[in-house]
Amino acid sequence: MLVLFLIKTGRALLTVLLCVTFVFVVLRLSGDPAETLLPDNTPPATVDEYRARWGLDRPLPEQYVLYLAAVARGDFGRSFGDNRDALEVVLERVPATLLLGGATFLLALSIGIPLGIVAAIRRNTAVDRAVMGFAVFGFSTPNFFLGILLILLFTMQLRWLPSSGSETWLHMVMPVFTLGTAAAGTLARFTRTAMLEVMGQPFLRTARGKGATEGIAIRRHALPNAAIPVVTVIGFQLGGLIGGALVTETVFAWPGVGRLLVSAVAGRDLAVVQAIVLLVAATMVTANYLVDLAYGLLDPRIRDARR
Amino acid sequence: MSVTAMPAARRRAAIPPVIMCAIAWIALMVLVAILADLIAPTHYATQNLRARLQPPVFWGGSWAYPLGTDAIGRDMLSRLIYGIRFSILIAVLGTLIGALLGTLLGILAAWRRGMVEEAIMMMVDVQAALPFVILALAVLAFFGNSFVLFVIIVGLDGWERYARLARGLVLSAQESGYAVAIRTLGAGPLRTYGGHILPNIAGALVVQMTLNFPGTILLETSLSFLGLGIQPPLTSLGLLLGSGRALLLNAWWIAVLPGVVIFLTTLSMSLFGDWLRDRLDPTLADH
Repeated sequence: MLVLFLIKTGRALLTVLLCVTFVFVVLRLSGDPAETLLPDNTPPATVDEYRARWGLDRPLPEQYVLYLAAVARGDFGRSFGDNRDALEVVLERVPATLLLGGATFLLALSIGIPLGIVAAIRRNTAVDRAVMGFAVFGFSTPNFFLGILLILLFTMQLRWLPSSGSETWLHMVMPVFTLGTAAAGTLARFTRTAMLEVMGQPFLRTARGKGATEGIAIRRHALPNAAIPVVTVIGFQLGGLIGGALVTETVFAWPGVGRLLVSAVAGRDLAVVQAIVLLVAATMVTANYLVDLAYGLLDPRIRDARR
Repeated sequence: MSVTAMPAARRRAAIPPVIMCAIAWIALMVLVAILADLIAPTHYATQNLRARLQPPVFWGGSWAYPLGTDAIGRDMLSRLIYGIRFSILIAVLGTLIGALLGTLLGILAAWRRGMVEEAIMMMVDVQAALPFVILALAVLAFFGNSFVLFVIIVGLDGWERYARLARGLVLSAQESGYAVAIRTLGAGPLRTYGGHILPNIAGALVVQMTLNFPGTILLETSLSFLGLGIQPPLTSLGLLLGSGRALLLNAWWIAVLPGVVIFLTTLSMSLFGDWLRDRLDPTLADH
């Protein structure tokens, strides 16, 4: 277990390092960072001070080390928009995105997993086909289109829900639904597959043969074993959620990190862009790392196999 | 895991009606994309300021503009046709770029093994750990947008899936009888991998391409919708939808029509890809 832990930790750190390197390379390839990262009207003295601080007058390998050090300190440069620290600008948007993402996650889990289980138990029936139909529909509908259809129906026709902002819980309904549909669909599909695979295993036949009722066989034997692949998928879903948040936050004017990134890219506010990219990378790597560890803890076979 | 007890012959014979519809829709989209210049009533940038925001013919409009017009009087049918052309073109080019690069890296990893394989698989892991759209946006932000750069970026989405798949397939293929035989006969790597192993693993790669295609369309349309992809005066389905967002109250059709086309295209491609995969290899179903 300790070896596994060390390998996983090393890999996670290496991944973060590679991401930082990627941003460093892209940043250097695109021109003089002092000019791309600072607002146009910056006084020359500030530019020089900036160059000295980031070591832009030194050789490239040294610049790289200085860049790593700056990123480690959380120094991503200053935002063009209001000339504030880029990290600060990004961090104040994080709670809104976490709220949206958390609610979406809950929705996706509470819909997707039960639907997948029901579809697997009632395989090849109308229930199964309906669930799979919903799943395909869920991940084929583009976020932006679903969002716009919801606005047309619930804001413009029925006038039930507000279409933009984040003041009340009513503002959350449509963004969460928009983001959650695709995630729930994917999750339902994976849960169904995992359940079907487990339900064909000999140990389940043994359990039934020993007199377990169908309910006990599924709850005690099938579900825990099917949970393992599903946990991995949940980790992958986080990436989809972050991508979806870009669009959904923009459609519903939700004041989160996704919308900030879209406007920062459009306005070429590169300090903010690099701060968000690296924060997202760190978040994703951490999440995958935790899922991997949980995975090892849950399943002794994996723990031992990777030693 | 929808492996049924049906005999193989019957599974192959019948194409379900849903899949027929999906194939028909995809064929229609490809035809529209190819024949855009012939079938579009006007050029996509032609304006008629006296006919702004005309509704479609089924919503009280006239046959002069069967699908209505936008805010500066451009024919929506023509814009939709050219939007389909650009979106399909980018998705096809993008899919080819990703498949080519990923497959090459996958084959390289399986052929050279050792450090080369380690390095390539490390990159695959890094890519798989990050949402691609974030990287795409970072590159677009740093380098600015251009059509060629945008197509390349869209194309890179999913390269790691091809690399992983190709590596796995080549690893087992290069140990099989025919590969060992051709090497013993003195064939070089190009002949062994390009001439013999690649044709043998192509089927699975094509299935992966159809499964990846909807994601590629969604990436392009999402970025264009956000105003960060295809730039006017060019058009794409996502850009059209985005331009209709501000006009929902007066002219819902500007946003909804391209949305329906995107939805039907990704849905058809998903259904077709799933069906193709199940048919070629039932053991892979639903993974």
